[in-house]
Amino acid sequence: MMRPPQPLAIRVTHWINVPIIIVMAASGLQILVAYPNFGPQGAQYGWMPQNFHIPQVLRIGGWLAGARHVHFACAWLLLANALVYLVYLLASGEFRRRWFWPPRDAGSAVGAALGYLHIREAPRQRGLYNGLQRAAYTGAVVLGVALVGSGLSMWKPVQLHRLAWLFGGYEGARAVHFLSLVALALFIVGHLVMVAIHWRTVPEMITGGKPGAHEGVE
Amino acid sequence: MLSRRDALRALAGLGLAACDASKPKRGILGVGERANERVQSALLGDHEVSAGDITPADAFPVYHVAPGIPMPPAGWRLLVTGDVERPLSLDLDELHKMARTDARIEHHCVEGWSAIATWTGVRLSEIAKRAGARETEYVNFRSFDVPQGGTVGYASCWDRESAMHPQTMVAYGMNGAPLGPAHGAPVRIYAAVKLGYKQVKYLTEIQFISKRLGGYWEDQGYEWFAGV
Repeated sequence: MMRPPQPLAIRVTHWINVPIIIVMAASGLQILVAYPNFGPQGAQYGWMPQNFHIPQVLRIGGWLAGARHVHFACAWLLLANALVYLVYLLASGEFRRRWFWPPRDAGSAVGAALGYLHIREAPRQRGLYNGLQRAAYTGAVVLGVALVGSGLSMWKPVQLHRLAWLFGGYEGARAVHFLSLVALALFIVGHLVMVAIHWRTVPEMITGGKPGAHEGVE
Repeated sequence: MLSRRDALRALAGLGLAACDASKPKRGILGVGERANERVQSALLGDHEVSAGDITPADAFPVYHVAPGIPMPPAGWRLLVTGDVERPLSLDLDELHKMARTDARIEHHCVEGWSAIATWTGVRLSEIAKRAGARETEYVNFRSFDVPQGGTVGYASCWDRESAMHPQTMVAYGMNGAPLGPAHGAPVRIYAAVKLGYKQVKYLTEIQFISKRLGGYWEDQGYEWFAGV
């Protein structure tokens, strides 16, 4: 039996992710307000923004302790949702038509990008996603892994010191955590623009779509 | 009759206010903190850390809750009390004579900043041994850092395992010099495994207790375990 373009597990985890990411990002920004700088005391990073303002409207949690409680409670939901998604993707083989594999997807990604820029006519789409979509969605998963890994490293820089080492220690993890959030925000903006352009994908992400809908397109 | 206010409160209790960030110890957020505490406790190991470059002296932030830098009361001594065979009252000389430990540790403030210093002092486990402290579940730290208009000094209560970590010490030295008044003189608690606000400065008393107490920031809503 053919799977619909958006199987149930992917739709459910996708929509659960929406409120979780909003709450995690907004509570994270409220936490950052307490010390909006990067790098150790007395040796702050010249290559990171320092002492910047974060508008109230982007924050949840009201104050540092409140935002930390929200962030750490919601982090478990994020992790559980992410694990369901990843286990499903790997076990079902769905990752094959979703994740970016350069030998297969690099040419298609460049072609699609040039098409969007009106430099060249876009190649006809084969299957569910073109190379550019695969690159973008895989990038978002990588950002998610970076956010969770750097977040755990900031939370437990001593007990999880080996993980923290991968991110350059506590301060490195802090910078990675913030930069990954910025990158994820850019991805989401791009994602929403593309969804607005290709609005037919929205009902598919809700109902799943017709099984095999994209498979026959040559 | 159920007043409108009660009805709203009941509704809120079921719904969103169970996640009221202004009272983070209650509702869903409280459940979250207690779940996190079990994870933190399980993650806690006794490995020791050694950090990198020392933060310049003027860049290491100075925090206290009193309006000015707290100065020790005349005749200051460190009391070790609670469930102990031999309650202690130690002055600085007596602490200096005990086995000394040094550790270079990265300080993690709940606000997000970090700073590094070398700390010198006596392991808390050493002091516990000398006092014949029983294996109580909690250890409470009290100080003479009293907020304006307050009567009780800054305090914080710890789980026993973190208190007995090999790098948890009563510190009397910082970066090779005697601990200065800005950083908690005469002695303070220093450890690798807790956030900064758990590391009580201007120490007056160490209590080995079976009842869990809060602390200055914990009572205002900050996490109790606050391990790193």
